[in-house]
Amino acid sequence: MSKRKGKDAHLPVGECITLVQQILRERLCHQQLPDKPDGIEAQHKHLLELLKRTAVHGESNSVLIVGPRGAGKTMLLKCVLRDLLEEKEAQKNLLQVHLNGLLQTDDRIALKEITRQLHLENVVGDKVFGSFAENLAFLLEALKKGDRSSSRPVLFVLDEFDLFAHHKNQTLLYNLFDVSQSAQAPIAVVGVTCRLDVLELLEKRVKSRFSHRQIHLLSNLTFTEYLERVQTQLCLPDDFPDSKFAQDWNDSIQTLCEDKSVEEVLQRHFNSSKDFRSMHMLLMLCLSRVSVAKPAIKPADLLEASRLCFADAKANMLHGLSILELCLIIAMKHLNDVYEGEPFNLQMVHNEFKKFLQRKSNSMYNFDQPVIMKVCINMKPLSKFFLPFNSFPATRFLESNTLYCFRCSSAMIGRITVNIYIFCMKTDKFNIFPSKPITYTSCFSSPSGLRAPAAAGADPTG
Amino acid sequence: MTALLQHPGYEEERLQRVAEQLPCREVQAGLLLSLMGQPQQYSYPSIFIYGHRASGKSHVIYQTVGHYSSSLQLPHATVSCVECVSVALLFEQVLLSFFGCDAASLLPRSPSLSDFVRIYKQQCSQSPAKQTRYIVMEKAELLRDTDANLLPALLRLQELVEDNITVILLSEIAWDKFRPNTGCFEPLLLHFPDYSKGELQQILSQDRHPSYSAELYSSYINILLGVFYSVCRDLRELRHLAALNFSKFCEPLAEGKVKETDTHKLWRNIEPHLKKAMQTVYLREVSSLQWEQMQQMEEKETGALRGLSAHTHVELPYYSKFLLIAAYLASYNPARTDKRFFLKHHGKIRKTNFLKKNEKTSNHLLGPKPFPLDRLLAIFYSVVDSRVAPTASIFSQISSLVTLQLLTQVSHDDQLDAPKYKCAVSMDFICAISRTVNFDIVKYLYDFL
Repeated sequence: MSKRKGKDAHLPVGECITLVQQILRERLCHQQLPDKPDGIEAQHKHLLELLKRTAVHGESNSVLIVGPRGAGKTMLLKCVLRDLLEEKEAQKNLLQVHLNGLLQTDDRIALKEITRQLHLENVVGDKVFGSFAENLAFLLEALKKGDRSSSRPVLFVLDEFDLFAHHKNQTLLYNLFDVSQSAQAPIAVVGVTCRLDVLELLEKRVKSRFSHRQIHLLSNLTFTEYLERVQTQLCLPDDFPDSKFAQDWNDSIQTLCEDKSVEEVLQRHFNSSKDFRSMHMLLMLCLSRVSVAKPAIKPADLLEASRLCFADAKANMLHGLSILELCLIIAMKHLNDVYEGEPFNLQMVHNEFKKFLQRKSNSMYNFDQPVIMKVCINMKPLSKFFLPFNSFPATRFLESNTLYCFRCSSAMIGRITVNIYIFCMKTDKFNIFPSKPITYTSCFSSPSGLRAPAAAGADPTG
Repeated sequence: MTALLQHPGYEEERLQRVAEQLPCREVQAGLLLSLMGQPQQYSYPSIFIYGHRASGKSHVIYQTVGHYSSSLQLPHATVSCVECVSVALLFEQVLLSFFGCDAASLLPRSPSLSDFVRIYKQQCSQSPAKQTRYIVMEKAELLRDTDANLLPALLRLQELVEDNITVILLSEIAWDKFRPNTGCFEPLLLHFPDYSKGELQQILSQDRHPSYSAELYSSYINILLGVFYSVCRDLRELRHLAALNFSKFCEPLAEGKVKETDTHKLWRNIEPHLKKAMQTVYLREVSSLQWEQMQQMEEKETGALRGLSAHTHVELPYYSKFLLIAAYLASYNPARTDKRFFLKHHGKIRKTNFLKKNEKTSNHLLGPKPFPLDRLLAIFYSVVDSRVAPTASIFSQISSLVTLQLLTQVSHDDQLDAPKYKCAVSMDFICAISRTVNFDIVKYLYDFL
């Protein structure tokens, strides 16, 4: 339909699609800021007010933004900063320091970064400081204006705030909060974290200096709002050059969101998580299927994208295993059942495998220990089916052939079992599970299975 | 293949060439390209690709992103996490590929992630990305063992450096095993499924021998897959096996005994060889050249065909053999039973009475247990026929057994007075050794009473 309409519009379809991709990709992949943060207006107002007081009136403040991953914490902060900097006075006054717990892994690096972001490298020069506090105080001192006794306000943004709490003695946090408490240079400390219990991580002296102001971003989104959000994320803005195409696109998005199957899929996503990030991932997968030949998102695209999002990684990996590998895993699983989660080693697995072969000898070839071992080593990096019991490196394992233990991790065994049962049903001949469970003693009462072929002729009674 | 060709922003001719290079991976490559979008557009910050080994992960990436002359030639940095023993190497590699050696030399001596991001930003402001930059991390599972912050930071690198950059992680492990406990930016997950039997047939048939017809090679591959598919689905391993056994397959053709069309005879000829190769699948104990030589040797010998792994023949001195036997007994027998085996008048003890409650499992299944030197020597004196003095020669033989990795020392090196050892040989091996000195080891093993 769009192809026909594309002809009377003043842009060719190819260009329109390129533009659509560009705009939406910026939104979905690059986290472009929305004009208005929807759903969190109260928090936005609160934070803006707080920072304005620092920027304009020179009040010190500290605040934590707490919320789960993908709830829009950084988006909120960025929106606030954008709005704050629209004010002339704030723009002139405010200095910003952005730190990230992932990058600034200790206080020395953090201090260097602060110095750099405040453009004070040449002021510090090669001075030697006695303590961290002295260094920080010097930095703040240096920010004081020449003629007036007042200082310029500094905004400290600490992303991944909880990681800063792991620094030695929490020196940075202590000093920042200390400065914000006492009547020194005006600073605002904004921490962004996904840990609700972040205050528990703080030392007592640090905690007491913190203002205990927290902004929670716990979304209580309803499904209708979620649907609306999906729609706004996909809609084209009004300033799209080809208004006809934009109109068509937005209409098609409208009909997409009203589709029954689409609603079902989105409901599933909404039930599992309602944050921005997972939604963006889903929509990104849909968007990638839009091309010149198919210039609209169809319900089928969304279903396909949802299938990709919800794909069971373990089942996927299990599907790629060869029959020998599956046999070994079943043997491990069986050992795990018989010994109730006790660790087992390769020899036991091989023994179990041999017992299986005795029952169903025609279905599988008997392999030597070295081959079995190599197969297990090849599977080991998958480490989803069994875990090394002790931490011998693989080379040691090769030298001495039985020292290594594997352990099926019980959490995933349940899910694997289901898959294996399905597999067994499909292949039919592939039934390793005996009809009645083998007990501990019957497993080992007859040594015949254990004996190596070379010793078979010897008299066992000794 | 048509799905792969419809990607605006790339030269059609190049796409055509890339498509030819990617048999049976068109769907995955198409999906990847559509996610990447046009070169100047933003792509998703991080993409995680997982699948079994030899399922074409790296190949698809190299063909699409870069690395080969025929590929799309996008700005990219390829990093193998095996090579990067320190993060410094990783940072250097990335900066080098994007901005040249000047940028890489800016890194300080043991750089932190903060330094890397700072230099990247600085360079990026001078030469902003016109096309999406890609960092490809191979064997990404190793990132879990490095600094805990590295993986979460890489996943949101686009946000941290504020550049049009995408990190592609390749791994054999599912993403669930990567997620740090406080969570992180979730990458887009892509699965590369294993090749089906038909696809393997198609890919393997491509590297046919020039002097034989394609049909012959294809039927050879068919036979090969029929034998090995249940054991091994690894394309690389199958390719190795195919190359190894093809000359054998062609032998009757070269001699003129069989015509190319007579598949049944060819099958009968190759079957025993493939069966033998089955015993050594995955092992790669020998190179293909050695394998050929060995096959020629075996043809000369009229004796029974031996598997490759039976070639573990070790010559040892007389006392060393007994030392090894003693070590084996010490490792696999409980210490309580020594009295029964090595004392003349131990009285009658029946095994059933002797059993302790938790000792039902066979010792051979549990593996060797460590034993002190004293016990080894005591058993040694009672199993060896003649009287032996505890001379330096005996002790040096023990340490040479450790060097040969037939024994392993389990106690710490600095413990001189009572070192502990484990015996690291298999049952077959020790039986062969004891047969050469006429010692019936099975009589002395508690498991086989």
